[in-house]
Amino acid sequence: MTEPDRLEPATAIGPAASSTIAEVRVAPLRFWGPRFLRSGGLGLWVGGGIMAIMVLAAVFAPLLTSYDPVQPDPTAALQSFSAAHPLGTDNLGRDIWARLVFGARSDLSIATIAVLVPFVLGVVLGTITGYVGGWLDAVVMRIADIVAAFPFYVLVIALVFVLGSGRSSIFIAISVVSWVAYARIVRAEALVLRDREFVQACRAGGIGGARIVFRHLVPNVITQAIVYAMSDIVMNIGVIVTLSYFGLGIVPPTPDWGRMMADGQQFLAGGYYRLTLVPAAAVVLSSLGLSLLGDGLAHRLRISR
Amino acid sequence: MTGAVAHDPGSLLEVIDLRIAVDLGDREVAAVDGVSFTLAPGEARGLVGESGSGKSLTLRAIMGLLPGNVRVTGGQILFRGRDLLADGGQLQQQVRGRGITMIFQEPAVALNPVMRVGEQISDGLVQHRGLGRREARAQAVRLMDLVGIPDPERRINAYPHELSGGLRQRVMIAAGVACEPDLILCDEPTTALDVTVQDQILRLFAHLRDELGAGLLYVTHDLAVVAQLCDSVTVLYSGQVMEEGDDLRSVFARPFHPYTDALIGATPRIDGPITRLQAIPGTAPALQDRPSGCPFHDRCPRATEECAEGRIPFAELDRGRRSACLHPLLPAGLVR
Repeated sequence: MTEPDRLEPATAIGPAASSTIAEVRVAPLRFWGPRFLRSGGLGLWVGGGIMAIMVLAAVFAPLLTSYDPVQPDPTAALQSFSAAHPLGTDNLGRDIWARLVFGARSDLSIATIAVLVPFVLGVVLGTITGYVGGWLDAVVMRIADIVAAFPFYVLVIALVFVLGSGRSSIFIAISVVSWVAYARIVRAEALVLRDREFVQACRAGGIGGARIVFRHLVPNVITQAIVYAMSDIVMNIGVIVTLSYFGLGIVPPTPDWGRMMADGQQFLAGGYYRLTLVPAAAVVLSSLGLSLLGDGLAHRLRISR
Repeated sequence: MTGAVAHDPGSLLEVIDLRIAVDLGDREVAAVDGVSFTLAPGEARGLVGESGSGKSLTLRAIMGLLPGNVRVTGGQILFRGRDLLADGGQLQQQVRGRGITMIFQEPAVALNPVMRVGEQISDGLVQHRGLGRREARAQAVRLMDLVGIPDPERRINAYPHELSGGLRQRVMIAAGVACEPDLILCDEPTTALDVTVQDQILRLFAHLRDELGAGLLYVTHDLAVVAQLCDSVTVLYSGQVMEEGDDLRSVFARPFHPYTDALIGATPRIDGPITRLQAIPGTAPALQDRPSGCPFHDRCPRATEECAEGRIPFAELDRGRRSACLHPLLPAGLVR
């Protein structure tokens, strides 16, 4: 980002640049589509595709299944794959596919919303402390150190244990812990930018501190935070699923992947692997999708700067 | 020293005995050592010197933008008669953008890479005059027109990387003069540009001076630029003023100080006889081992033993001509 020659995206990826140097032309892997999608490469496409499908499935969950994900049906317990139940049923006779798509609703939405508060908090605090420095920086960063000194899961589980299980506790617990990462990333960026000449030029123009921070610095540092937010959602899914697995997260009977795994666990010995494997696969797939998306986004945002 | 520069209530900017120290970790050394000069309203003064002569630090001290390890240790900076260093930076903050503005050397890094240039130009106006979106846009177009950016209606939405170096520098200048300051500080604003573009930008400065009536303090190592743009000149070496002239042409025609003479001799000329370029022997002293006495004495062809001792007095040798030299190159009839 600091080298001025990176400023020209055309020279970095354009085929014209390579053709003038030598006769050998290596065609870059290209995909059809609008420019903003093409430049991100394969990862952005695949990750974006996986996430688009999952989000759509979550949004339109009632249209994708005719079964109630909550209502038990003792007559249909522990059925295998069939036309009526594509992924079988669980020990209470509930359709696993229905529970999977309705579970995506709670897991993905909480994971995404739980990114917003730490994102905003971390970006604002990180930019201000990085720019202003001094005692404010010292105080905020020591608080961050204290939060980061605890193992992530231990702190989240302890907080949820104190606050009681449920959605709002998960939000609060995740927000309290994960703003630290955003603040540290953004602060490091802001520290570098503080001495850059365009910030000096702003100060020379009499632009006030608040205006420099929010109008000039935040747009410069936010790309790093956005990229991190993608992997943070992955982490949040892990947290929510883990909490639910331990019975601290989403309160039953609301369907959720972690609870599904925990419930299915006791039937593993009986050979009913899919009760646990299906939600586990959903967690892995969503994490993979978000990681690819974040990676592709990072690549694309780096080029455009 | 201070006595040489008379306090002038009508001046726009007066720098009096300015001292700036750089913290090298184990000790502090003086980078600017008693620099004084005056700028009248509407005057263009060139501040000339080699790298490390303290010219940029002087400029940044006026603006209050010194890096963390550098501080002002003495002297006064009077802007319209009020000391900018007196009240802990409050007056300085008030004056920035509205009274004094600064144009930076590298337009490539002195513009925010992720903000449209139109917004950057009108940013100061929005801050200082509370302009709304539409007015800010209209003002940005007007300013881009003023600094000679063709097709401002379209370029207003461009990002800095979409513009050429010359256009970027014009954007910088437009942002700088947006609030019609009385004084424009220029930190080698054409060094990063092609000579043809440099010429255009210099013409633009001359045009803006006429248009806005602003004073210009132009820092550069390029004597040709000073000759083209400025009325008066102050020559710095090793953090001290070597020579000063209110009329630049008389200084260039007949320099008094051997350093000024050497500097002019080291400037290539396109006219006149083809001769070898006269390089100044030796190198400029590093910050931490500057010699005593006249800082130029160990490179000076006219130096004597007394040049190495004490502070060389800064004296008026002719009308509007001051120099700090014991053996100036005086024409016949002038006696030190």
